[in-house]
Amino acid sequence: MGILNIVTYIPLVGAIVILFFLRREQSKAIRYAATAVAAIDFLASLVLWFNFDARATGDAMWQFRETYNWIPALGVKYDFGIDGISLLLILLTTLMGVISIVSSFSAITYREKEYYVLLLLLQTGMIGTFCALDFFLFYVFWEVMLVPMYFIIGIWGGPRRLYAAIKFFLYTLTGSVLMLLAILALYFYNDGGIPFLNIKGLGNPATFSVLQYHNIGHLIPPGLQFWVFIGFFLGFAIKVPMFPFHTWLPDAHVEAPTAGSVILAAVLLKMGTYGFVRFSLPILPDATKQLLIPIVVLSLIGIIYGALVSLVQKDMKKLVAYSSVSHLGFVMLGMFALNPMGLKGSVLQMVNHGISTGALFLLVGIIYERRHTRMIVEYGGLAKQMPTYATLFLIAALSSMGLPALNGFIGEFTILLGAANSTQIGTMIPAVLAAIGIVLGAAYLLWLYQRVFWGPLDNPANRSLLDVSRRELITVLPLIALMVWIGIAPKIFFDVIEQPVNYIVQKVDPQYFAKQPMTYPAPQHPEVAEAR
Amino acid sequence: MTWSDSVFLLPEIILSIGACLLLIAPVIGRGGRGRAAKWSMIVLLAITGLSILACSWWVPRIDQTPGFAAMFALDAFSIFFKLLFVVVIAMVTLLSDDFLRESRYSAWEYYSLLAFALCGMMFMASGVHLISIYIGLELMSLSSYILAGYFKNEQKSTEAAMKYFVLGAVSSGILLYGISLIYGVCGSLNLLDMDKAMSTLITNDALMVGIMMLGAGLCFKVAAAPFHVWTPDVYEGAPTPVTAFLSTASKAAAFAIFARIFYVGLHHFSLDWSNVLAAVAALSMIIGNLAAITQDNIKRLLAYSSISHAGYALLGIIALSTTGIRGILVYTLVYVFANLGIWATVLMMRRHEYAGEQVDDFDGLHRRAPLWAFAMVVFLLSLGGIPPTAGFIGKYFLFAAAIQAGFGWLAIIAVLMSAVSIFYYFRIVVAMYLREGKEAELATSGALKFVAAVCLVVTIVLGVIPSPLIDQVEISSRGVASRAELAPNARR
Repeated sequence: MGILNIVTYIPLVGAIVILFFLRREQSKAIRYAATAVAAIDFLASLVLWFNFDARATGDAMWQFRETYNWIPALGVKYDFGIDGISLLLILLTTLMGVISIVSSFSAITYREKEYYVLLLLLQTGMIGTFCALDFFLFYVFWEVMLVPMYFIIGIWGGPRRLYAAIKFFLYTLTGSVLMLLAILALYFYNDGGIPFLNIKGLGNPATFSVLQYHNIGHLIPPGLQFWVFIGFFLGFAIKVPMFPFHTWLPDAHVEAPTAGSVILAAVLLKMGTYGFVRFSLPILPDATKQLLIPIVVLSLIGIIYGALVSLVQKDMKKLVAYSSVSHLGFVMLGMFALNPMGLKGSVLQMVNHGISTGALFLLVGIIYERRHTRMIVEYGGLAKQMPTYATLFLIAALSSMGLPALNGFIGEFTILLGAANSTQIGTMIPAVLAAIGIVLGAAYLLWLYQRVFWGPLDNPANRSLLDVSRRELITVLPLIALMVWIGIAPKIFFDVIEQPVNYIVQKVDPQYFAKQPMTYPAPQHPEVAEAR
Repeated sequence: MTWSDSVFLLPEIILSIGACLLLIAPVIGRGGRGRAAKWSMIVLLAITGLSILACSWWVPRIDQTPGFAAMFALDAFSIFFKLLFVVVIAMVTLLSDDFLRESRYSAWEYYSLLAFALCGMMFMASGVHLISIYIGLELMSLSSYILAGYFKNEQKSTEAAMKYFVLGAVSSGILLYGISLIYGVCGSLNLLDMDKAMSTLITNDALMVGIMMLGAGLCFKVAAAPFHVWTPDVYEGAPTPVTAFLSTASKAAAFAIFARIFYVGLHHFSLDWSNVLAAVAALSMIIGNLAAITQDNIKRLLAYSSISHAGYALLGIIALSTTGIRGILVYTLVYVFANLGIWATVLMMRRHEYAGEQVDDFDGLHRRAPLWAFAMVVFLLSLGGIPPTAGFIGKYFLFAAAIQAGFGWLAIIAVLMSAVSIFYYFRIVVAMYLREGKEAELATSGALKFVAAVCLVVTIVLGVIPSPLIDQVEISSRGVASRAELAPNARR
């Protein structure tokens, strides 16, 4: 049992311990136990970070690998391993795990034991999804995440929680079962072939190994690639969510308790983009290029539409939720630039979005706990009453809108560079339109800030508001620190994802490096590894 | 008939004698009261089970010529189903116990009927001749008609039995007519001889009509649309343990013969029947799942859900491949355990004979019985095919079989409908966890808890460690699957 499994299953073990050894009434003990479990898990995940070799290439790029036989008859293996992309997302998950638990102390007032148990179960599901290198295993973890999230929204959510919870569940499930069919089509292609498309199989031993499919990706005939891609696309695009599939997101976000929104925005949405990066691009290069334009168009619609809808929201949480649609549009755009620059920006922006939007949801949750409303009109002039809160909110908002020296800028700028230079997209127009999205992003966030924090403090209900407590500060500060860190010194993060990104570009567009041998792969940076 | 033929039949012989003894026991012994009936039944089932295991020891050691004028086969396929049937009937016995003692109906006759039904099912599993299959089917069906109406003073129960009987008799007639047409064309009803005869035939109308009628009769037995209309009424009206029996054991038996007949006997004409069956499967999944959404009575809800599950399982027959037959075996097993678990939980909720059946009755169950509420969630997730429960493994095989066989559109309908099914399964979850309810006591008993716990363990363990089951199924389905590899679908 290696470190990766330990990181994955600490929350599960913790959940079981809490379930059996703590009574429902011991709410304090339950909170502290849950926090301790999440904190231990975070520390364990730091071990991954410090032992990670960012320069490894080839098979060695998949680190902390653990492989066991699971269902030999089907070729299913229990196969864990991570590259730089998974590493960053796992760290994000474990950090958000701690923060979401600490932020729930005062927000969750009933059925606490179940709540923390479910949060921990969810965490195991999320980490497992990022670790799995076997499609079957990946699918199992992917579905395992759904149930705890359903309960978190459904039990501790707002007034329309039942509707939001089942909508979340059904949307995601529909996408993921179609993804399952796509996985099966791949499986049979590798194995015996699929008669109905007159496709001869490769005759390899049956396997679900993702790396095996990475290797045979270019052999898959374009017709089959197209359908498999559609299956994957539906599974992942619903999760991202891309433009026409996004309608579950505002409902789920608005109804979910704060911690649920934080996890949803920070990690669950990344499952979709992670799926694209890990599976769709490397395994289905032809279909990726074939469907590039529609997907770029959908991403752009997402960017502009999400921003415009955010502008008119009256509810702060809904505003942040729609801003996610816009930001995830950037992630998709950068990814489908299909060059290292765009992909790096895309991966980093996944992390950035998790940090910034997570922080915004936390901050909205803090004010909601005090006033039990999220309506923007209810507020105004809070900067006088809650100066610390206003500062934190400002930094988070600036980070989200992409101000230089904060993390959002790095991600969005890299994405725009990638999109503008992309030979696959072949035109500057998407980059220009996306830049308009950034302007709109600044508009809705600054306008929100203006209405909530500036102006006269004229609502008497706001006069007695307390500033952030120490516990609340502790939940937000790490995120603020990360925003600054990534904003000023993103190099170490780019280094970690350098090799995986090159690997993916190599798979999806093998000509890329042939055309530009001088530029990429970028020179190695030995000093980085030494500095650690 | 030779000595070894009777050895083949050992479990059936023991069971029939035992069933007769159960029937006359109250007359001879002045009516054993209390739990004597239950324990007699359990002992009988245990002996039968052991004799099946003894037979399974014989299977690899004998040559696989069917006995009794080629009517009866003792092969790995039949052993798998027979053991499953015995376990299921034992569970149904445990579920029935309290129910029977609260009512004033004789337990001895009830168990005797269950034993006869089991005997019929075991003949079905072993039948390799349409006549022996038919006789087994009738023995099972007649016993189930009586069981459905066992609470003879209850109007609903009588009504259910009447509907079941009339429709069942008609369907048996159709089935028999189909069999006679097939005999007319093939000159034999032994599945292997039919197969041999058909290999030289080209399509002919009488045979097609025969196959369609045979298929229609079987679809009635597995409750596939459009032959499903009896299901909700019968499931609702029959006493709950009998519903549990109908929705698990009797369905599993029907699928056993469905698979054997179509895989061994009719595979030469698979191009003709597979599209028709595909339509039936699609219709069952759509009608079953959509109709279940609006049900408030949990027995009706599960009835519609069982219609949809018949549709899923049909994928395995349509596929006509090794994956397909394995899928049927795996799916039958996981479906049976999830369903029995649900029935055990439903029975815990009962107050009087027909209470505890509304979805509302589950309100706030998580407070009253956290473990059983959790178990119910696991069973429902398993029916919905969500990992890591066993139901996912079953659905995996069936979807894979459909894709492999070229029924991509059917697979898409199947997965979308299984997403729909989550909607109504989760109505029960919502009631249990998201609503607060009455503080009424549960009618739990040791037997119900035992059944629910066994089903819970099986559902989770097979979901996490499915390898042993899959390996076993591979062995059990080998004989039947080997025929399918000759089929045009596989060659295509």
